[in-house]
Amino acid sequence: MIVDEIIKKYEPKEENILYILHDIQDSDPQHYLSKEVIKKVSTHLNISLSQIYGVITFYTMLSVKPRGKFIIRICQSTPCHLMGSKSLIEHLEQLLRVNVGETTEDGVFTLETTSCLGVCGVAPAMMINDDVYGNLTPKKVDNIIEKMRDE
Amino acid sequence: MKIFRSHILIGIDSISQMQKIRDIEKILKAEIKKNGLEEEIKVIESGTLGVFGFGVTMLVYPEGVYYANLDETKIKRIVEEHLLNGRIVEEYKIEPPEAKKDLTIKGKQERIVLNNVGLIDPRNINDYIARDGYKALEKALFEMKPQEVIEEIKKSNLRGRGGAGFPTGLKLSFTAPIEGEKFIVCNADEGEPGTFKDRLIMEGDPHKLIEAMILSGYAVGARKGYIYIRGEYKLSIEIMQNAIKQAKQYGLLGDNILESDFSYDIEIKKGAGAYVCGEETALIESVEGKRGNPRIKPPFPGVKGLWGKPTVVNNVETLSNIPSIIVNGADWYKQFGMEKSTGTKVYTILGHVNYPGLVEVPMGTTLREIIFTYGGGIKGDKEFKVALVGGAAGAFLGKDMLDVPMDFDHLGEYKAVLGSGAVLVMDEDVDILDILENLMEFFNHESCGQCSPCRIGNPTILRLIRKIKTNDNLKGNEWETIEEIAEAMKETSLCALGQSPILPISSALKYFGKELGR
Repeated sequence: MIVDEIIKKYEPKEENILYILHDIQDSDPQHYLSKEVIKKVSTHLNISLSQIYGVITFYTMLSVKPRGKFIIRICQSTPCHLMGSKSLIEHLEQLLRVNVGETTEDGVFTLETTSCLGVCGVAPAMMINDDVYGNLTPKKVDNIIEKMRDE
Repeated sequence: MKIFRSHILIGIDSISQMQKIRDIEKILKAEIKKNGLEEEIKVIESGTLGVFGFGVTMLVYPEGVYYANLDETKIKRIVEEHLLNGRIVEEYKIEPPEAKKDLTIKGKQERIVLNNVGLIDPRNINDYIARDGYKALEKALFEMKPQEVIEEIKKSNLRGRGGAGFPTGLKLSFTAPIEGEKFIVCNADEGEPGTFKDRLIMEGDPHKLIEAMILSGYAVGARKGYIYIRGEYKLSIEIMQNAIKQAKQYGLLGDNILESDFSYDIEIKKGAGAYVCGEETALIESVEGKRGNPRIKPPFPGVKGLWGKPTVVNNVETLSNIPSIIVNGADWYKQFGMEKSTGTKVYTILGHVNYPGLVEVPMGTTLREIIFTYGGGIKGDKEFKVALVGGAAGAFLGKDMLDVPMDFDHLGEYKAVLGSGAVLVMDEDVDILDILENLMEFFNHESCGQCSPCRIGNPTILRLIRKIKTNDNLKGNEWETIEEIAEAMKETSLCALGQSPILPISSALKYFGKELGR
């Protein structure tokens, strides 16, 4: 199983926990960390379950809830806000028929908001999985989502 | 060496990558080949060109022409008309403001941190070496004692670019005399809204940061360095990892660097999305694999940091100044900038300006010059209203501040900060209350919840601002209460996050008390 391979790749040291959790989550089609997985990491690193859970829930990129195939993370920090990200968030909520933090019924999209992505030169911006999209307009968002749906 | 009659610079960074610059590059190379120009024209992949908002751009030398919003058709025409026939295609050209163009193209002396960004291939260590890269390391290892490295940095008056402006040499000198295992940590957890300079430094000139990390290690006697990069910066992580690999192959990292007695290694740590991890002790916790809760200071990391060992934590931009200081000397460095704030500062200019982007200018450059010369002025013939300088944890600077020299001390006099160097420009139509609400949503979301003033203060201020916004049963003393809470947070919060809201709030009230209904 992939998870075992990932865990083995890293020395069983506490400092490797974020790498391990990132890698496992990236390899999961639902982009999350399940109870079983957390148990395995806990055994490997010899760290209590509660401590690992504490780490996971501290960082916004990690999730204990199953998510969609595509995770849309739209930036709501001030530079993007100034350039109209708020209306884009509303637009996305309507388009996908979900609220921020939720996953579409078909399990394809999860809509999240994020703090500054560091691409403010092309605000407003969003990330879908690892790719960044900037200079967004509602129309551009429609096109991107449509393309992803076809995939 | 082969001589080319023309060079084309393609700036690969996170922004251009998402605009499919790689595809355009392929088309460009194919067209050059098709027209038999391969021996005459060289395409160079470089870091950022520092101009954003114009789609895929490229820069053609020797003319120094920027072409913008490129697609296949445009590339074909440019190759045919410009590269083959020497006629510049005026209609695809953009003209960044003269001063900025100068800065980008000629690489003026004021470019210390960014002097290679946009000019070299960040994936090729030889490019860096060809531009005097690792010369500082050689000089330090073979001609200077560790103490002399620290003295030189002290003499240069270099101050931390992460926001606090603490003298870098002094920081090193605290850690150097302590015996035993020590660490160097680079803070690349760039999360201050509106800031993306560190990302572009790493993506454009990764070896400079590596060299600076080694120099710091040599200076204080550390053998291990960590670069903590935020998890969202995929390209930065990839480029830094590649650079570390190359440096190892060249004997610049690892055991007995350049066959000297000094051994040093660097490891990258990846964050996972937490603004508070930009605070140095929270960052240390995160490197250790814990929740990023800030620690109580003192003890400071210089004495008790990573795994309880003395640790020097510095920002990417701060570190990137060090190689030039060692090669050229402190006196050379001090000729740039102001007396007490020497050198340059990298700013990200954004918001309602014509040319959002990245510039490096001497310390003490005015806000007016940054916005109107380098940023090209306010978009759409509107009036300048205010700029939020230094990120969310920064202050609003209005028209009266346009001509104040921007450096640590001058801004300090006005209760403002240089912060991260983000300059978020707002035009006359901006609703300040709306911006304050957004800032408080940010602090509220990013508060780690460990200490009460920040955990309780942020949501309370946010609630009050929303009350004002909806005109909900107001008592009339809401702003007073907000200021009181923010002031108390400043006095009692454990780290800079909780101490920050007072800055934007009080500066906004200073300018826009009436607009905010105070």
